[in-house]
Order: sequence, then C-alpha cells, then structure tokens
Amino acid sequence: MDNKLIVSPSPHVHSGNSTRRLMGDVLIALLPAFVVSVWVFGLNALWVTALAVASCVVFEYLIQKFLLKGACSIGNLSAVVTGVLLAFNLPSTIPLWLVVLGSFVAIAIGKMTFGGLGKNPFNPALVGRVFLLIAYPVQMTTFPLVGVDATSGATPLAFVKEALKSGSSVSDILPSISHQNLAYGLTSGSLGEVAAIALLIGFVYLLVRKVITWHIPVAVLGTMALFTAILWGIDPESYMSPLFHLLAGGAMLGAIFMATDYVTSPMTTKGMLIYGFGIGVITVLIRVWGAYPEGMSFAILIMNAVVPLINKYVKPRRFGAKKVRGAAA
Amino acid sequence: MLKTFPIGGVHPSENKLSREARIEYFPLPDTVVLPLSQHIGAPAVPVVAKGDKVVVGQLIAKAGGFVSSNIHSSVSGTVVSVDLAMTASGLRQPAITIRREGDEWAEGIDCSSELVRECTLEPAEIIRRIADAGIVGMGGATFPTQVKLTPPPGKKADVVIINGVECEPYLTADHRVMLERGEEVLVGTSILARALGVQQCYIGIENNKPDAIAHMKELAESFPGIEIVPLRVRYPQGGEKQLIAAITGRQVPSGALPIDVGAVVQNVGTALAVYEAVQKNKPLVERVVTVTGKPLAQPANYLVRLGTPISALIDHAGGMSDDVGKVIGGGPMMGRAMSHPEAPVLKGTSGVLLMRQKESHRKQPDTCIKCAKCVSVCPMGLEPYLLSKLSKKRMYAEAEPERIVDCIECGSCSYTCPAGLPLLDYIRLGKAETLKMIRARAAKS
Repeated sequence: MDNKLIVSPSPHVHSGNSTRRLMGDVLIALLPAFVVSVWVFGLNALWVTALAVASCVVFEYLIQKFLLKGACSIGNLSAVVTGVLLAFNLPSTIPLWLVVLGSFVAIAIGKMTFGGLGKNPFNPALVGRVFLLIAYPVQMTTFPLVGVDATSGATPLAFVKEALKSGSSVSDILPSISHQNLAYGLTSGSLGEVAAIALLIGFVYLLVRKVITWHIPVAVLGTMALFTAILWGIDPESYMSPLFHLLAGGAMLGAIFMATDYVTSPMTTKGMLIYGFGIGVITVLIRVWGAYPEGMSFAILIMNAVVPLINKYVKPRRFGAKKVRGAAA
Repeated sequence: MLKTFPIGGVHPSENKLSREARIEYFPLPDTVVLPLSQHIGAPAVPVVAKGDKVVVGQLIAKAGGFVSSNIHSSVSGTVVSVDLAMTASGLRQPAITIRREGDEWAEGIDCSSELVRECTLEPAEIIRRIADAGIVGMGGATFPTQVKLTPPPGKKADVVIINGVECEPYLTADHRVMLERGEEVLVGTSILARALGVQQCYIGIENNKPDAIAHMKELAESFPGIEIVPLRVRYPQGGEKQLIAAITGRQVPSGALPIDVGAVVQNVGTALAVYEAVQKNKPLVERVVTVTGKPLAQPANYLVRLGTPISALIDHAGGMSDDVGKVIGGGPMMGRAMSHPEAPVLKGTSGVLLMRQKESHRKQPDTCIKCAKCVSVCPMGLEPYLLSKLSKKRMYAEAEPERIVDCIECGSCSYTCPAGLPLLDYIRLGKAETLKMIRARAAKS
C-alpha cells in the first residue's frame, strides 16, 4: 500500500461556508433596497453606489498590497459590502468626490488601520459616513425632492424634529407624513434607507440563509418601538408614534445591515441582545432629545465600542449549568 | 416536535451510502493482529506465548487493571508473535499476532442464531460475564463496559440509554444491527438494565432511520420498560452528554459523569455484544464495521473478526484507487485519519471511510471575522474562537475558567467556520495542556 495518504486531525469534512459566500449573501439581501433606491432616486443612486464600491475595493487593494504587504483580500467581497453600505448612507445628490473621500476614510481609517477584515472595532461604512456628516454637514443633509411627498427635501425625521421644536403638535404634523410612503421608500433620505419593506425582505433572506440571527435587529427595533411607545403613550402630541420611528430614517437599514456587521457585534446571543438594546436606546435618545434628527449611526458606533466588554463578560449558556433534576440519590 | 439536545449542533450531509447493504460475514483472514490496548485504560497482559495453539474465543490477554479489558483470540491457529505491531496511526504497539488454521471455537460458546431471551442471572454474575467477554464501548469510545456497570458507592443509575443515534455521517453499522439483530439488541438492553437494577430503558434513534425506528418499536412492544425514542437529526447527538439531555432533559454538569444524573449510556453494538456474552457465552471476537466512501464501488457493512487488516476490508469493498486521499477510522467528524490501513480492525472500529483526493484537503485558513457561528454551534455552550485563540497563545490559566476541558471535540466549530480555521486543532492541544496543568496542581496540594 502506498504511503501517500493524508493524515490530519478531525473533523474531515467542512460545511462549505466561506467569508466570500456570506458577504455575497449580504449583497443579495441588499439588492431589493438597491432596486427601490434606483427607482426612487434615479440613476444617481446607481452612480453613487458604483463609485463607493469601486473606491472601497481599490483603496483596500492598494493598502493591502503596498502598505500592509499582505495577501490580496478583496476576493472576500467585504470591501464591496462596505462600499454598498456606505453608499446606502449617503444622499443621492452628494458630490461624487465626497463619495471617494468617504470610501477612503471607511477603508483606510475604519478598517485597514487596524489590520484589515476582522480586526476593526468600528463599522467601517459608518466611520466613513459619520466623518462625512460631521465634516460636510450641508452636502450630507441636502436630499432631493421625492415624488409628491410634502416633506420637501428634508427627511421625515428632520422635518418632524424642526416642526416639534418650533411648537407644532404631532396632529399638526401628521397630515404631511405618509406612513405608506415610508414603507415603500417614497420619501426623502439616504440612498438605501428609504424603503422599509425592501430592507425587511433582505432581512428575511439573511435569516433564511442563516447569515445572521434575529437577535440584533429584533433587539434594536424592539427597543426603539418600546421606548417610543412609552413616550407616545405619555404625550401623543409631543412624541411621534413607534411606527413612525421604525419606518423613518435609518432604523431598518441600521438594525438589519449595519448593527449586524459580524466583526463589530458581540459573539453570544445574550451579548447581541444587550448590544441591540443599547443601540435602540441611544438612537431614540438622539432622535428625541439630541441635536441630530437621526441617531442610528452614532448609536451603532458607540455600542461598537462596548462590544469587547460585552464579549468579555457575557458568556453563552453553558451545557450542564442548568440545575440537575430527576437524578437518583 | 422531535426531541434533541438543547444547545448548538450542526447537520452535515448524511451520505449513508451503505444504509441498504445487509451485514455480510467477512471472509476469515489468514492472520490477525490483536493489540493489547484496544480500550481506554491499562493494556491487557498476554497469557499466551509464541508458538501456542489457540482457538476462537480463547483468552489470550487478561485485563491489566480495574479499567482494562480481556482480549480473546478471534481465530483458531498459532500465536506467531507477542511483539510490537503497526497500528493505524503509524505507531508500533504491543500486540499478539495469530496465524489462522481452520475455524475451531472454544468449548461452551453457542454460535447458533437461536434467540435466548430469558435471563435470570444475578447482576454480579452478569457483570462478571461482561468483564470476562472483554466488552468495551463499541461506538468508538472503548471504555470497558463492566466499569460503567459498576457505579461508585453512593451513586445509582435509574435509566439506561442505548445509543442508536449514529449521528456520524456515512456510518451505518448500528443502523444495520438494529434492523437485522434488533431482538438481540433488546435482550442485551434488558440485561444491562437488570445488571444495574434499572426499570427504564430508552433507545435513541435519529429520524433519518425511520425503518429502524419502526422495526425497533414493533419489537419493543414485547419488552416492557424499553422505549424507542425518535430524535431530530442533529450532530453530535450521539455524544453521551447530548444524548442524555435529548432523551431525559438532564444535563451532566461540568466535570461530572453521566452516572451523576443517574444515566448509563451504551451503544447498540455494545448491547448486542452484551447479549452474546451473557446469553451465548461468546466473548468479543467480531464486530460490525461499515466500509464506505465515495471512491468505493460497493460500500458495505461487514461482520468482521477483530484483528483483520483494514486493507482487506477496503479491497473487498472495491479497493483503493489513486483517487483516495484519506482513509479514516470512524466517521468524518470525529474519526482518525490513518497512515497505515494495513493495521487491524479493533474493538472500537465502527467504520472505515475513504475520502476522495479533493475531499481530503483542508480549506486554506482565512482570517476570523467574528461571525459567532462557532459559538452558536458548540453543543457544550463554549466559545471556540476564544478557546482556540487562548490555546494558540498558550494561555491555559485563562482557558480553564472558560471551560476548555468541557470540550467534547465533536468538531462542529471547525466544520462550520467560514474562515476554515482549525479551531479544534488548537482547542485539543489547549485542553490537553490545561488538563496537565490541573493534574499538576492537584498533585501539589
């Protein structure tokens, strides 16, 4: 018998999972929202997304090759996902050079500085977006007019915030808000955040393909709903309904696609629930009492910072930890 | 909703290629090699010497301690050597080699297929016969059965669980035994219960063997106290702790044994061996082995004399080819890759699996993306990514409170890792080192 047999420790089979396949599934899940985005905002949405993806991939390739001098990593598609998610967080009318700049910050500072995929503490796409939001607030909050929506250029969240601040009551505002349009995406906002239903379809796909579990999105959205329901119950004339909060702004995009980024979210289901709860609370705090109309990006980044702590202290349910029952003497 | 274990688990492709293949009596080998260590515990001590004539079922090495096991000749013939012999892992170990002449059985062994159902023996006598027959856990763990049947003082079993799960992909030996020798398994089960003074027995069978479930249910009707429990297909359900939890809901605490929750688990093959030992006076000289894999022409289930060269089994099932990259003793999840397939079939050899070249290579490891899939599949509720990292950094003192020694080495983490990281390789090393550290500490105090 020849002695060319391969000897390696068990297991001898593999599930076929790969980073590339998981990232590919995330891209497929983002497709419905992308289609709605192009339908609502026109070809601008396409150009912004294409440019963000191209920039992210090129920056990662160059940094990996010339600075880190490591094996090429763009094949795992994670830079593509970062590009799409960054674009989804930008207005479709943003100057294109800002897209390139945002991509650079996302990949170079948000990701490669820490050693690349798997090592970054903060969600790279959000690092890029928040940098742009703080450095170029005007360009980042100028949104195109959409359809016949009365919110005229301002996002529903910004419109509501302004109106409530200037003394209007919720019943004055409500006629100008269409929840249906929020669900379908016929509203003003960033590229990918506008269509709640399309994002939910993506969520179902991710669940079916077992790319993510339900814990983070449900914890984020559930916390937001609960928190805003309490406020709304106390004073429905000063606070918007939970439904509005879930449909408007980046709630869906953030909860389903940004907060669930593997690298920057906790490792245990209990940890995921705590993390999602934190994001929900911080988002509502910023939305209702903060300076910005939307707080999802900040909330996720803040909770990203807490993840190492959560991982250190929150342990999975151990086998055998349950009290023994029925045992004989 | 079918029962299953509470935490984690995976579902690899089942690939039960040999599920329809009836158990075939494998041709007698010309020579058998019987290592003295086919079980967990102390090696057996030879009681024959070179040149001695032996018959089938004759004691050739006796248990070398409390946790040890007798070994009997599996053929009749002449002892050619009592010396080192090659085992499948490529290590030389003490073994008795016998050249076969004819097929003469020791006196008093009942080789007929007639079912002997009644057993009125005292528990002590049952346990003595099982010990004499050299029976060990035949699912692969090879723990001497009589030791499991002798609980430490103050502990008592109240349930016997027979493992008919066969959760390893490819393997079908237990499946075929249940289909073809179900009654003997049931008698063996009731004998085990009698030995332990237990009234309640369960036989756990995964739902991918509906024929075995139906057949055993029908047979079990005339065996009061034995219940057939269909289980949802999920690996590693055949793990002792997982199976107890799936069937009874009891979880064996960290560091404890099944007996601490009142359970004794035995494999289907072991129950059959117990039947033969107690009712037919037949020692453990043969076992059912699945020989399978995609490169083989005729995947099969053979009843094989212990000590038969594994390569003979492979030849009989279609033979080696250039396309074979790996030969595994056991299943693909927990089995051991062999370097020397000419090594013998042992008491714990439940299967021989051939893998094609392209299935034999591991994935190129990528970087960890903290996807948490390893955490979600771990059936012990551990964090494989963390244990692997701690082991890699030799931080055993930090790995201990993270319960690294609870790892059952099922391989679900490595199986599922999208980055193809060898998580279990590191954890296995770390577990061994941590155990060493714990033992050293205990020795000092």
